[in-house]
Amino acid sequence: MAPVAPRSGDAIFASVEHVNAELFTLTYGAIVRQLLTDLEEVEEVNKQLDQMGYNIGVRLIDEFLAKSNVSRCVDFKETADVIAKIGFKMFLGVGASVTNWDADGTCCSIVLEDNPLVDFVELPDTCQGLYYCNILSGVVRGALEMVSMKTEVTWVRDMLRGDDAFELQVKLLKQVPEEYPYKDDE
Amino acid sequence: MIGAGKIKQYSNVLDKPLSKGKQEVSSSAFAFLFSELVQYNQTQVDNIAELERRLEDAGYAVGARVLELLCHRDKGNRRETRLLGILSFVHSTVWKVLFGKVADSLEKGTEHEDEYMISEKELLVNRFISIPKDMGTFNCGAFVAGIVRGVLDGAGFPAVVTAHFVPMEGQHRPRTTILIKFGEEVLRREARLEHGNFNDLVKAIIATPADVKYTISFLHSAYDLSHE
Repeated sequence: MAPVAPRSGDAIFASVEHVNAELFTLTYGAIVRQLLTDLEEVEEVNKQLDQMGYNIGVRLIDEFLAKSNVSRCVDFKETADVIAKIGFKMFLGVGASVTNWDADGTCCSIVLEDNPLVDFVELPDTCQGLYYCNILSGVVRGALEMVSMKTEVTWVRDMLRGDDAFELQVKLLKQVPEEYPYKDDE
Repeated sequence: MIGAGKIKQYSNVLDKPLSKGKQEVSSSAFAFLFSELVQYNQTQVDNIAELERRLEDAGYAVGARVLELLCHRDKGNRRETRLLGILSFVHSTVWKVLFGKVADSLEKGTEHEDEYMISEKELLVNRFISIPKDMGTFNCGAFVAGIVRGVLDGAGFPAVVTAHFVPMEGQHRPRTTILIKFGEEVLRREARLEHGNFNDLVKAIIATPADVKYTISFLHSAYDLSHE
């Protein structure tokens, strides 16, 4: 059977069910607020948000692969493109672009065109160290880990901290070789 | 500049124009997020009641903001002051914005005067959730109950709001009912507003010269202004 062509992010987003972005935004805000109350330390909140994102990423990759018809990416460059063009679009309805490649093609930036998490948000003085959107970096890290790529994902620009864009840096640490053959009978 | 964002920057969040609320995300994005909310809170509690309370807390934060947002954007900075008005605001306006549809039903409790119920066949937050047997009556709708309580409380209608599963005949899944029990003071105020037109009374007093003494009688749920 010929491989099915990958679908565009727009097409997938148009075909899935939607919820109002404000409910999403405010719910996320409630989560961050709860974490700040519980954990007190901003650093801990960053970690917990990243962990939550990781948990989501691990599960989200299945839905991503099932709906996008994306097959194996030839290199990390293609992977980054797929995340930016299809991944972000299909779940959050926002586009993103990939820039700032390093020379050996293992590190790049994903710049978001929009960010539904931060509507209504302003960081108070007490939370200046907070990476409010840290859940997104966790999602990317978790999802990539499920397709055998160990990455480090960090925010290099964050508009809530006064920068001019939302920019995620994705650094490929290690490509874990897939184990083969799988032990089917276990 | 390479990779400059397309989002306009504002130094103050209040300068940013309010969105029209038409933006959407995929429902799985919300489901993933909500499931993390529940799972995180599960690690913070010892029992189901506590878990529901924490979800309700999170919902309350949402409700309080939703009220402010909708009153400003959809109601021209006015909000409902009467019981039925605010209930229908929750049932229609709030529901429509948050869940994309008006709630399935709004009913008055038959046994208690102060109870109202909003029911939904398939509440968004319960859609992808199945409750393990050992968690008994736990209902993720507690989050929505919190939203409702946040809206009501912010509008000056303090209430106790809880979420319950109600089995329905011929349906596999139970529907979710959000039970609203208003505070005593809310009903007292409502009764006062019901009898006699309070606004007219206030106007009459304001329009009266200060040196004339009046007695105001609320007898027979009417009032008259007469010289002493």
